Amino acid sequence: MSTAAIKVSAPPPELERIPLVENQRSPGWITDKVAGVIEGKTPVWWWCAFIPSLMLVTMLVAMILYLVTTGVGVWGLNHPVMWGWAIINFVWWIGIGHAGTLISAVLFLLRQRWRTSINRAAEAMTIFAVMCAGIYPVIHVGRVWFAWWLFPLPNSNSIWPQFRSPLMWDVFAVSTYFTVSLMFWYVGLIPDLAILRDRSTTKARQFIYGLFALGWTGSNRHWSNYEKAYLILAGLATPLVLSVHSTVSLDFSVSQLPGWHTTIFPPYFVAGAIYSGFGMVLTLMVPLRKMLKLEEIVTMRHIDLMCKVTLATGSIVGYAYIMEYFIAWYSGNPYERFTFWSRLFGKYWYGGWAMLVFNAVVPQVFWSKKVRHNLVAVFIVSILANIGMWFERFVIVVGSLYQDFVPGNWGYYKPTWVDVCTFLGTFGLFFTMFLLFIRFLPLIATSEVKGVTPQADPHHPLGGAKGKEVLHHAG
Amino acid sequence: MNSSSKSYGLIAEFTTAADILHAAQKVRDAGFSRWDVFTPFPIHGMDGAMGIRNSRVGWFSFLGGATGYTSGMLMVWYMNAYDYPIVIGGKPMFSPFYPFIPCFELTILLGAFGAVLGMMFLNRLPRLHHPLLKNRRFAQATHDKFFLVIECDDPKYSEIVTRKLLEATGSQHIELVED
Repeated sequence: MSTAAIKVSAPPPELERIPLVENQRSPGWITDKVAGVIEGKTPVWWWCAFIPSLMLVTMLVAMILYLVTTGVGVWGLNHPVMWGWAIINFVWWIGIGHAGTLISAVLFLLRQRWRTSINRAAEAMTIFAVMCAGIYPVIHVGRVWFAWWLFPLPNSNSIWPQFRSPLMWDVFAVSTYFTVSLMFWYVGLIPDLAILRDRSTTKARQFIYGLFALGWTGSNRHWSNYEKAYLILAGLATPLVLSVHSTVSLDFSVSQLPGWHTTIFPPYFVAGAIYSGFGMVLTLMVPLRKMLKLEEIVTMRHIDLMCKVTLATGSIVGYAYIMEYFIAWYSGNPYERFTFWSRLFGKYWYGGWAMLVFNAVVPQVFWSKKVRHNLVAVFIVSILANIGMWFERFVIVVGSLYQDFVPGNWGYYKPTWVDVCTFLGTFGLFFTMFLLFIRFLPLIATSEVKGVTPQADPHHPLGGAKGKEVLHHAG
Repeated sequence: MNSSSKSYGLIAEFTTAADILHAAQKVRDAGFSRWDVFTPFPIHGMDGAMGIRNSRVGWFSFLGGATGYTSGMLMVWYMNAYDYPIVIGGKPMFSPFYPFIPCFELTILLGAFGAVLGMMFLNRLPRLHHPLLKNRRFAQATHDKFFLVIECDDPKYSEIVTRKLLEATGSQHIELVED
């Protein structure tokens, strides 16, 4: 190529891209910083969070034992509301689990390089949230010892599960989602486990991290296959993440019940899931980046971009709410109209208003850059998002069941203390897993973050490029 | 060819991504076959600089996905239409539509397994021992250093000439690694 350089003047400062890692930190600095989180002393706040979480796990185990030994009567379920908190919490946790795969797969395919700073923690969050969700379908079948009927195995009368039911589709969707998310997470972890292996100071650490690093050397012949596998996984996980909550929504929309029987459910559920998932990522990352001093890797730009995704998905959810009301009116179906009227002015009016305000109205504050850069505000909105999404599921599940077609069938549903304690227990499980994760595994995808720094680009001056090559870059 | 079977190869260390990329181009042009580059992160353009062909992982994934879809359809047909047919809500015993979601999920599941297991197979991982992992300097390959290794088994390898070639690429440190 000729060196007769095309004269390009440097871009004005306001068009300059904000770097993904601040202060031009070197790859070595990034390794030291991320590995330092694991290698340093266990901070006091970690114990302060871990011990209560573990106690909540004990409570979860006790609640499940109580349920199994006594029967589902210990929950608030009764005719006509046979799906209560268990299904609400299942859908809620699964929804939270959507942000991780969205960040790791969809943003990867869209070449959003900022994903590298948050994808590991978000994927971990996904896996733990799906674990919490997975408990519910198993325990809510009532006779837990028959939970294996969910799987494609013949029962004692040689009858197979029947696949015309969306509940069977859901079993496949959720278990595939968990397995593929776990694989995606682990494949991403392999090079970072090799980092920890090579830095380890004790034999035990070297052995354990070495075992799980599978003998990774960083060979480029390996990277070549690895990157291809990662790309394929992202390509497979993208339709998967969109299909999972769509399938969950089919559990409802395939039935005939007013409030459930709508075609808008699949996209509406997916948008809501991503909204709540990003809410949870923000809830976790805003305090974590401060406590672990990772502000240069998880920068304000990352927070800003996540707020924008929250705003976008919150607005889609808001649009879906408006459409639901419009169709309820436009359909002319009196049952449909009644159900939607009761959402706002019925016995559970507070749920209807909570979901409208927290999911559709509150995220609109993120139009303002000032709010997106105010960490306290971001933290509060992220929590409200998840409260709102919980109420959305409450409204959908209970709000449609308690008043169906025949007034003689109507009832009122209240959770019992067992419902509440089981739900709190899943928080314990989630935070126990997450705290163990940040203590023993790199919560930033170290080798991926290194790969998006200018030092990793052989055509950038910081990557060692000289003369001719730099010309294209600096102009 | 090196007479000693104890040596694994010559290892050359670099500090920047650009240096290792140029070194790889020189080694490729010199016609070596048993050599590799070790980096803390994948370097853009390195596959071309090393002359590596497109990865074959995709074939494994395709095979997995195709297996998943067909076995899903066969499974549902066998269970619900052949082995124990029961009429449910007047719906057909079998149709390609209602089992689509489980089949789709199995496509994704086995496709993902195909990609991951195919990647491990092509990389010959997991592997519990590697001569380079015993080298103290090489531990920096996962930190911030870049290494180029030419194995002694390469037909073009000769202790002196190969070392000269690596010196010409501008490496700061060249060392013979024991097997």
